[in-house]
Amino acid sequence: MRPETEAELAGLIAGRDAPLWIRGGGTAGVVPDAADVLETSGLAGISLYEPGALTLVVKAGTPLAEVEGVLAAEGQRLAFEPADLRGVLGASGEPTIGAVAAMNVSGPRRIQAGACRDFMLGVRYVDGLGTIVKNGGRVMKNVTGYDLVKLMSGACGTLGVLTEVSMKVLPMPEAQGCVMVDGLAPDAAVQAMSAALGSPYDVTGAAHLPVGVDGAPVTMVRVEGFGAQVDYRTGKLRDLLGRFGNVRVETEAERVAAGWRYVRDLEGFVGVEGDLWRISVKPSDGPAVLAGLNAVKAQMDWGGGLIWAVVPAGTDVRARMSVAGHATLVRGTGQPRFHPETPVNAQLAAGLRAKFDPKGMFNPGLMGAN
Amino acid sequence: MEMPAPNPAIVAKKAELVRRLTEVLPETAVIHDEAETRAYECDALTAYRCPPLAAVLPSTTQEVSDVLRICHQMGVPVVPRGSGTSLAGGALPTADSVILGVARMNAVLETDYDNRFIRVQTGRTNLSVTGAVEADGFFYAPDPSSQLACAIAGNIAMNSGGAHCLKYGVTTNNLMGVTMVLMDGTITEIGGAHLDAAGLDLLGVICGSEGQLGVVTEATLRILAKPEGALPVLMGFDTNEGAGACVSDIIKAGVLPVAIEFMDRPCIEACEAFAKAGYPMCEALLIIEVEGSPEEIRHQLSLIKEIAAAHNPVDYREAADADEAYRIWLGRKSAFGAMGQINDYMCLDGTIPVSALPEVLRRIGELSKHYGLGVANVFHAGDGNMHPLILYNANQPGQLELCEAFGADILRLCVEVGGCLTGEHGVGIEKRDLMVDQFAPVDLEAQMAVKDVFDPAWLLNPAKVFPLASSEARRAVKIAAE
Ligand SMILES: Cc1cc2nc3c(=O)[nH]c(=O)nc-3n(C[C@H](O)[C@H](O)[C@H](O)COP(=O)(O)OP(=O)(O)OC[C@H]3O[C@@H](n4cnc5c(N)ncnc54)[C@H](O)[C@@H]3O)c2cc1C
Ligand SMILES: Cc1cc2nc3c(=O)[nH]c(=O)nc-3n(C[C@H](O)[C@H](O)[C@H](O)COP(=O)(O)OP(=O)(O)OC[C@H]3O[C@@H](n4cnc5c(N)ncnc54)[C@H](O)[C@@H]3O)c2cc1C
Repeated sequence: MRPETEAELAGLIAGRDAPLWIRGGGTAGVVPDAADVLETSGLAGISLYEPGALTLVVKAGTPLAEVEGVLAAEGQRLAFEPADLRGVLGASGEPTIGAVAAMNVSGPRRIQAGACRDFMLGVRYVDGLGTIVKNGGRVMKNVTGYDLVKLMSGACGTLGVLTEVSMKVLPMPEAQGCVMVDGLAPDAAVQAMSAALGSPYDVTGAAHLPVGVDGAPVTMVRVEGFGAQVDYRTGKLRDLLGRFGNVRVETEAERVAAGWRYVRDLEGFVGVEGDLWRISVKPSDGPAVLAGLNAVKAQMDWGGGLIWAVVPAGTDVRARMSVAGHATLVRGTGQPRFHPETPVNAQLAAGLRAKFDPKGMFNPGLMGAN
Repeated sequence: MEMPAPNPAIVAKKAELVRRLTEVLPETAVIHDEAETRAYECDALTAYRCPPLAAVLPSTTQEVSDVLRICHQMGVPVVPRGSGTSLAGGALPTADSVILGVARMNAVLETDYDNRFIRVQTGRTNLSVTGAVEADGFFYAPDPSSQLACAIAGNIAMNSGGAHCLKYGVTTNNLMGVTMVLMDGTITEIGGAHLDAAGLDLLGVICGSEGQLGVVTEATLRILAKPEGALPVLMGFDTNEGAGACVSDIIKAGVLPVAIEFMDRPCIEACEAFAKAGYPMCEALLIIEVEGSPEEIRHQLSLIKEIAAAHNPVDYREAADADEAYRIWLGRKSAFGAMGQINDYMCLDGTIPVSALPEVLRRIGELSKHYGLGVANVFHAGDGNMHPLILYNANQPGQLELCEAFGADILRLCVEVGGCLTGEHGVGIEKRDLMVDQFAPVDLEAQMAVKDVFDPAWLLNPAKVFPLASSEARRAVKIAAE
């Protein structure tokens, strides 16, 4: 199925009750055998873009690359830094903005700028009865009624099919710089990143690679802004981090960007066999969780709070976490993809699914949907 | 604004209710004397008042749970309350409801600078959250003008904003987790010191749900390192269009100020008369604040000056030091006080796309003539959140109604140009009946379905947010169950 309009999509859904798998670019992986595929690619195009108001309204099936291209032409970007995991997922195809929104996909800048959900101003979606619903809008501040925008972002399609999203966009900074500390163990790295993130220098990325590009551990701290600002802040951070180890500063834009793309897109993980997990914990819990994983390959982002790890297939990562947080199985099978919610929250979520998708059609088997 | 008639069956159970509440709370925490319940008869929307059946002031999450369980069993509506500064009537009781105030729950539970969060009980005031961490160089970013009084509880329920949210976001962008009690007494934890949730983003829908989904008792809040410094610049323009275009160009140029405030001529005149801040007399005035080290500030201000020059400002003043910065902010910060001196006023809160600013101001001017009521505009220009202040005389019969009709027209205008009814104050009762102008019935139905899940009996703050006619069937279920 590949509806070309929202109305056509609504009609399709209203008239059926068999399971349906929503597919944007299809780069995130499997479709259950039982489900028909609903392609969103027919619902594409930019509905409105006002650079002076930092506002973009776009249909859900629009390729992410197209969105980023249109923004770049005006010197703007999606500040939450969505990743391109095609390499590590072994996928081809074009990731879509609707999937990014539905999955609340956010990259390294999440710690400073916010997650995808923080940039979502409004949604239009079709629920499980074929009703077209809108929530939020296109303006920056809006508390009119409940915030279903947040609920839809992160629901992975289990509450409805997004047809259009409005987003706040931001200017691309003039310059960026990266301060690197060499040779740190994970706990020292998290301390260094905490020092940087607790400074007034507005750090926009803090990651630790136990095995960097040249084979040695490297801890990376990013700043962005005007040229002079980046020079000033990298200098300050160099002084601040000197007590942790040898510090280097990189301000050549293309090299800094490449370094953070490497982190964001898990470039170092491509070709590494095993299950791929994404674990969110309190940053200071990161090193202990990492140590307990027995990972083949791992990195820490978000100041230590986000661990990406490849582990031997079948490893029960959740059983190895003894702290608060959650783990998502991004590549691999045999275990639930999403972390179980607490019983009360799971019951609330089930209640919401029963309201939004009473026929239980959308994305069967994913995230508590059945 | 209408409120549903109190249910006599509930009012008749007052004695039993009070007895049961005093079984789970200390006597001083249960207020039922008619004179004393008056303290809870309204919030900052003082035109509407009604003492509750009783008010309770629990001290722990367990006590909140005990109270809710009892009210749930007895079918008594509950209205959560923080500090009662809502401008939308969010904390307005009905005569058959219990006010559940969290004011006694104001402790700091945990401060963690390494992981950059603070965990507090939600009765704590907004400003005192920053107060708890500022000696160590940190702050809590959302800063509503009411921050001295308002509580984190109300901030979460209304998803409150502040002058600095252009850079730092509103409450929802700074909230990491909550402890919440459902109407049946169930206690649940959502989120925490790690980022983003496992499963659905329940936290996202709880923030801004106006006390209708659960009572939030504890919150984990993101704290940030204080910037090295901040300075404002003030500029005057002889047209609203000029000021609007200047804002848009600054944003496009990649300068991201922490605040961009706009005032129109009536507002400038009133503030100047009141605060004598030395503002220029012109059609439109912008106050723009940037942050960073002294050099960083100088650099950003030089860019702003260059952009502004293209729009022919009639005045341009950079603050050289803290004293000059204070003078620039003085007039803006006394705007509400200034209006209060002249007249009674109603403060609106619609948001519009920034590009619609000149048109909206022109049409508000026309409406002002039509209704014969004055209006002054202050405006968070960077994000389009308008605060038109309508002046009226509360002692003159009919003026409140006239003022409300004028306000409703302005909010409809905000919706018409692509904006919304409320940017930060919430719907409450104030904008409840206008929801049909922004949302189709199916849009409201989707939102009410969320309440059905969290509070199936519709006992928590039931007469708010949704037009009474839209929610009637659901509220009737509760009454039928009596
Ligand atoms: C469990 C899991 C976790 C992931 N976590 C991350 C992460 O943290 N960071 C990251 O960068 N990438 C992550 N990914 C990959 C991520 O999904 C892709 O980066 C990107 O979203 C794929 O775009 P797509 O259009 O190809 O999506 P698809 O593969 O087509 O769809 C991805 C998911 O979104 C749903 N979906 C797609 N379009 C819509 C729509 N219009 N309305 C509603 N639902 C829709 C699909 O049903 C599916 O569940 C994850 C993938 C999986 C399977
Ligand atoms: C002079 C003045 C200036 C203001 N400036 C701003 C501003 O700049 N920005 C802004 O956003 N707002 C502003 N406001 C509005 C108001 O201060 C905010 O809405 C504030 O967040 C309300 O907090 P409160 O604790 O007083 O809440 P209350 O007024 O007590 O309650 C507000 C809502 O929250 C609910 N609630 C309270 N406690 C809980 C709880 N524990 N659990 C669940 N729900 C609960 C109530 O039921 C009600 O719906 C201003 C108000 C005044 C009077």
